[in-house]
Amino acid sequence: MKKINSPDKLIEWRRRIISETPSYEKTIVISSGTCGQASGSLQIIEAFTQELEKRGLETKVRIKITGCHGFCEMEPNVIIYPDEIYYIKLKPKDIPEIIEKTILEDKIIPSLLYQFSEASPKVSKLREIPFYKKQMRLLTGNNIEINPTSIEDYVALDGYQALSKVLFNMTSEEVIAEIKNSGLRGRGGAGFPTGRKWEICHKVDSDVKYIICNADEGDPGAYMDRSLLEGNPHSVIEGMIIGAYAIGASEGFIYVRMEYPLAVKHVMTALEQAKKFGFLGESILGSEFRFDIHLVQGAGAFVSGEETSLMASIEGRRAFPSQRPPFPAQKGLWGKPTNINNVETWANVPLIVNNSADWYSQIGAETSKGTKIFSLVGKINNTGLVEVPMGITLKEIIFDIGGGIKNDKKFKAVQTGGPSGGCIPKKMLSLQVDYESLTQAGSIMGSGGMIVMDEDTCMVDVARYFLNFTQEESCGKCVPCRVGTRQMVNILTRITQGKGEEDDLKKLEELAMTVESTSLCGLGQTAPNPVITTIRYFRDEYEAHIKRKSCPALSCKDLIIYYIEPDKCIGCMLCKKNCPVGAISGIRKEVHIIEQSACVKCGVCMDVCPSKVKAVSKYTGRKKDKILKNDSGNRMKK
Amino acid sequence: MDIILKRYKTERKELIHILHEVQKEYGYIPVESVSAISKYLRISESEIFGILTFYKAFTLEPRGKHHITICMGTACHIRGAPKILEEVQRQLGIDAGETTPDRMFSLETVNCLGCCAIGPVAVIDGNYYSNITTKKINSIIKEYKKIE
Ligand SMILES: Cc1cc2nc3c(=O)[nH]c(=O)nc-3n(C[C@H](O)[C@H](O)[C@H](O)COP(=O)(O)O)c2cc1C
Repeated sequence: MKKINSPDKLIEWRRRIISETPSYEKTIVISSGTCGQASGSLQIIEAFTQELEKRGLETKVRIKITGCHGFCEMEPNVIIYPDEIYYIKLKPKDIPEIIEKTILEDKIIPSLLYQFSEASPKVSKLREIPFYKKQMRLLTGNNIEINPTSIEDYVALDGYQALSKVLFNMTSEEVIAEIKNSGLRGRGGAGFPTGRKWEICHKVDSDVKYIICNADEGDPGAYMDRSLLEGNPHSVIEGMIIGAYAIGASEGFIYVRMEYPLAVKHVMTALEQAKKFGFLGESILGSEFRFDIHLVQGAGAFVSGEETSLMASIEGRRAFPSQRPPFPAQKGLWGKPTNINNVETWANVPLIVNNSADWYSQIGAETSKGTKIFSLVGKINNTGLVEVPMGITLKEIIFDIGGGIKNDKKFKAVQTGGPSGGCIPKKMLSLQVDYESLTQAGSIMGSGGMIVMDEDTCMVDVARYFLNFTQEESCGKCVPCRVGTRQMVNILTRITQGKGEEDDLKKLEELAMTVESTSLCGLGQTAPNPVITTIRYFRDEYEAHIKRKSCPALSCKDLIIYYIEPDKCIGCMLCKKNCPVGAISGIRKEVHIIEQSACVKCGVCMDVCPSKVKAVSKYTGRKKDKILKNDSGNRMKK
Repeated sequence: MDIILKRYKTERKELIHILHEVQKEYGYIPVESVSAISKYLRISESEIFGILTFYKAFTLEPRGKHHITICMGTACHIRGAPKILEEVQRQLGIDAGETTPDRMFSLETVNCLGCCAIGPVAVIDGNYYSNITTKKINSIIKEYKKIE
């Protein structure tokens, strides 16, 4: 295969790919991103391959392995075309039956279909599932159709056409104007207008310029960047080449966190292919433009997602942030003008070029255009990645798409924006999801993590979790962040242990102010957000911990006890057998008792107690004290 | 070591790539390798130590035969990851970041593996385990102990 060295050759190649694809009667699409593989998709692929071979069906039925489709909880799953039948949570033993019935006889197997709950109807087609219905999958939709290791699959879906259009029909100023007019804003956190950022860097006079794709995705609970890189790496690469042309950069870097081995692999393959076919390197598509991309792996430091730290890390130094200005656009990598954007931002670029800024700017909200991918996780029924037009309400995402809270529990809060974000309470569920509304609510859009919390989640513990995270990840360069976050963690930990003091809330608020206003980089400046929002919206929970030494969510270990209800226990001995510290006593068919002083509160007893019995309860506060008192009283009597 | 180094230019930006490769090859960063890298890239040993201890990816001690990673991301946290971690620590008698005296198991935590929909998640020797409970992780570890 020779390099594609003109727009016509690209069109011709695309035509040839499509016409040379043998026609199959059926296609089995198997999603196999990290979630899929973690749930066993590789075994499913093998089972299908063997079964098709055994029956000599390889020429009639095609297997297509793709990245993640978003509904990660249903993994491993397959879609069978042309009828688009969606089978979920498969086991290798299901495969022969699928071949037998669905592939050969066109019959649907009801037991493998999706069903929201036992009372709801079974759904056979992917797009009829409520989880997908309200989504607008502009960036993630192609994940279903693309084998991420095949550049041909991408080209067949008009891949690299936007690049061709830009290189031969647009000046760099026109490209920048188009991105500006689209209203695209950065998806990496702060929401800075992308076109404006490019323009600044474009205007700086320099012999060398760089661009960077930030794929460090450090926000715990967010994984849309992983899914894009794993499932459709060429869309990000194409966006970067277009950006490099607009800005005038000759070299680019993709900085991927090392916790994403599959994404690293797919990006590496995609880069080699792009080089081989002439989309990277000298004279791209036969034009005069030259550009190359290198892959750099992170090394496990959250702060390296911050742009100045990330550049230090690429240069082979410690990922320490530096004072801005100068901004990367003026002095970035090795002192040269550098433009840095997030993975999802880059992936939006070919879409805008192909469909026009006008089209793009009609999607979304007033100041937030386009779609945004959220990772909808936590205590929610339908967990996974959802892509929605901006401006949709939290309620629509959590209840219509997410299907509400797991196990019929009550919704308490949703956390957005990761360690820099905040917790939004129930009364604000009708909030529109856009950059400004979320900021007003005290949180941020961030990279798109959306962690749903129910009545069993303790908000003080959540605040402690995030502060502990930022404290551990603080690089230590500036004092407010290093020392301030530690003091905040200490106070929060004390509160969750029942050792909170009257003026702790005041102290927390004062520390928050200091850390926020005096830290060097975004990590410290936003670190107090989880504390500030939880105090603002859930003050009563803090007070319960401090004043009554009780944890209303029954979550803080030091404030609760596990207790076996004597009137419910059937003496089955399951809890006794499973208790890792031997704290449970009792004989068969008689009520079991937890020795409270030995109990480590691991909760295994509650997990294993049969769901029909449910004899293990948790108690906090006054009830807990009463039980403990009775307990020791009983022992005294013995 | 020389074979690894030869593949890289003698530029500072190669340092982290080299450290990744050494870590992968040996399972840790042997002290001798640091002096070799130091000579090759002309960066002082103390600076290299400063850099490699800054990043969590690099360890100066060999890991256990089986390496267990527990995800402590937000989604895993609220679904019970702290309890899972405590249980594993109790089972193995070590804290996160340590290796058992017989060098069979080492344990570490990670901020987020990006598998948030199927948490809590643990990875043992590259194999992912999803939706784990304290009970499930116990039997998994028992299996590994039995193999040995
Ligand atoms: C502590 C910290 C961590 C960050 N982590 C990331 C990250 O993981 N991914 C990312 O794209 N941006 C991250 N950012 C934001 C980047 O600094 C930068 O604003 C972003 O990459 C710009 O891209 P965008 O304009 O496309 O959003 C982080 C910022 C801070 C302060």
